Amino acid sequence: MKYKTGIDIAINKFIGKKGALIPLLQNVQDIEGYLSKEVMSYVSEKTGIKLAHIYGVATFYTMFRLKPRGRHIIRVCKGTACHVSDANSIMNEINNQLDLSGEEDTTKDGKFTVMPVACLGCCSLAPVIMIDDSTHGKLTPDSIGKILKRFE
Amino acid sequence: MSLVIKVGLASCGLAAGAGEVYEAILKHTKKNGIDAEIKKTACIGMCFVEPLVEIYEEKKKSITYGDVTPENVGNIIDAFSKGKPLEENVIISNILKGSENKTYKKQKRIVLRNCGIIDPVSIEDYLATDGYKALEKSVKDMSREDIIDEIKNSGLRGRGGAGFPTGLKWEFAYNAQNEKKYIVCNADEGDPGAFMDRSVLEGDPHSVIEGMIIGAYAIGADEGYIYCRAEYPLAIKHLNIAIEQATEKGYLGERIFGTDFNFELHIKEGAGAFVCGEETALMASIEGKRGMPTIRPPFPAQSGLWGKPTNINNVETFANIAWIILNGANEYAKYGTEKSKGTKVFALAGKIKNSGLIEVPMGMPLKDVIYDVGGGMKTERPFKGVQLGGPSGGCLPVELLDTIVDYDSINKTGAIMGSGGMVVMDTASCMVDIAKFFLNFTQNESCGKCTFCRIGTKRMLEILTRISDGKGKMEDIDTLEELSQNIIKGSLCGLGQTAPNPVLTTLKYFRDEYIAHIKDKTCPAGVCTSLLKYEVIEDKCIGCTVCAMKCPVDCISGERKQVHYIDQDACIKCGACYDACKFDAIKKG
Repeated sequence: MKYKTGIDIAINKFIGKKGALIPLLQNVQDIEGYLSKEVMSYVSEKTGIKLAHIYGVATFYTMFRLKPRGRHIIRVCKGTACHVSDANSIMNEINNQLDLSGEEDTTKDGKFTVMPVACLGCCSLAPVIMIDDSTHGKLTPDSIGKILKRFE
Repeated sequence: MSLVIKVGLASCGLAAGAGEVYEAILKHTKKNGIDAEIKKTACIGMCFVEPLVEIYEEKKKSITYGDVTPENVGNIIDAFSKGKPLEENVIISNILKGSENKTYKKQKRIVLRNCGIIDPVSIEDYLATDGYKALEKSVKDMSREDIIDEIKNSGLRGRGGAGFPTGLKWEFAYNAQNEKKYIVCNADEGDPGAFMDRSVLEGDPHSVIEGMIIGAYAIGADEGYIYCRAEYPLAIKHLNIAIEQATEKGYLGERIFGTDFNFELHIKEGAGAFVCGEETALMASIEGKRGMPTIRPPFPAQSGLWGKPTNINNVETFANIAWIILNGANEYAKYGTEKSKGTKVFALAGKIKNSGLIEVPMGMPLKDVIYDVGGGMKTERPFKGVQLGGPSGGCLPVELLDTIVDYDSINKTGAIMGSGGMVVMDTASCMVDIAKFFLNFTQNESCGKCTFCRIGTKRMLEILTRISDGKGKMEDIDTLEELSQNIIKGSLCGLGQTAPNPVLTTLKYFRDEYIAHIKDKTCPAGVCTSLLKYEVIEDKCIGCTVCAMKCPVDCISGERKQVHYIDQDACIKCGACYDACKFDAIKKG
């Protein structure tokens, strides 16, 4: 656990409130980057919520990550509109450029984590990717290199 | 007179570069001393020409420009202020000839009444369009029964997909006896290819909030939740601002309009699970649990959130409410068909020219939606099919384009109205691949509770994968149909019950394509990689060697100025040679 103080603040903010586990875990993940076993045990200990329940929630929702992630998150939209606009070739090109096999989703230098998402809701700009909070649309495999270079 | 310049800054606009355009406008007007009021708005629905900028001195004489860039926006403003507006990039105008708004003509905007027109984070803008007047009328002049009757008479049906009559749903919750009741807005828009709710929340959050407050008053709830998916950060931001503003003005909180009605509203962010769009799963998620559906009955109206009576409606449903209260049920019921009243918002996407957001009266034929409002096909290839209702819906062929848009007519085809996603496909889309795509989605998103949904979708996906790999057998089609029926019967919630729809509809309307994959081992659309074959057309090849240089696996051989040859055993079918050849000398088939 790198940021214990931040996590304590988050726990104090949500403790005792009904239905607070998901926002609490989202908050903790924002601080820590991912949900490690250690962090989940700590949250369980402090809140009294059973570890099994926390683990259950953390593994149910796709937003929660149990592994460290890169400094930048690349969300590749796999929605219907993107699929018919050949989102697969975009995904392949990103994996190619970052030297990732389908199994690994984070680059060795910890710079990028690539994840497919169901739909970013910008269907008219398909195919679309979102890097951190910025969305890039109307992509072709050729445009990927230039976009990735902008991120340090 | 000073200029008004409006920039569309919703998610799609921002992705297309509207943020930079906005900055450029600020800079340009400041530098050149142009007297202009620069306003932010959200999505007007014409995503295909984003970024959009509207300029006018008087609203009656306005021009909307599309595909605006930081480079050309200065010229647009200068020319306009000199009284000689540029005629390039004009999208809509009521002063320039030939630019009347064709896409708007057949639309009727009730839900989208303010989207792209007002500043979504300004409550003053919303109030200026009769905002919160419907709430005032409801709590001051109407009884709770009156409101429910009004909504019942309007014929409004749930816009989330299933189409249950909204007034009736409210009545169930109203009749439930309990001191504590909840009202919930389902903003977990998970269907890939649908973005109606995002646009409404980003563009007019107050209309949804006002609809919720009226609903809460009618059923007797004092607390509400908006469950919004976390993939929509801008929508969440606008909702937070809107709730704060409404609380400040006294539309939320205690003693609303001086009555004894209190209402408190919270936002819950989703965490990425499609199944949470199902109402019982959504409630489990709000309670902080795994979002798994539960058996109904008891229905949420009897026992919902934390065991209390709960009413859940979709974003678009709530956005209709204030309009109905202000304009009357009869006015609303003028639009639509006998059993589907009012309008419906659709998100047009895929190979359609005017992709974006539209709102049309129910009863319009699909053909008109796609060709008149949507502008027809984007590519030169012909129309092949349209997917309605996302992964729970179905794919309709050209023969069914006369189908009218209403719940019952669409259900008859095997598709569903769904939340309103409409993805148009041309002949470059393979229907087996589309069915596989949706099954892959539902199989991933199945929560795992019901065996048929959990394992059945997996088996179906395996069969579809086999067919698209050219290893299918004719019996596979029967197995797919049998499994489909069992999944429909053996699943608890909407996800499983509708998961086979894309397969069933493509089998019904595009069966030949399945047979081509199985018997002829070909993919007519040229999509399924395993069935593709790239060959050099000898007459056309001039031996430029470009294809051989592009080939990532070095399977193309041939001397310079000699006909080249592709080694089929080594070819990985990536298509790089096909894309690279300038002489159309490579055949894909």
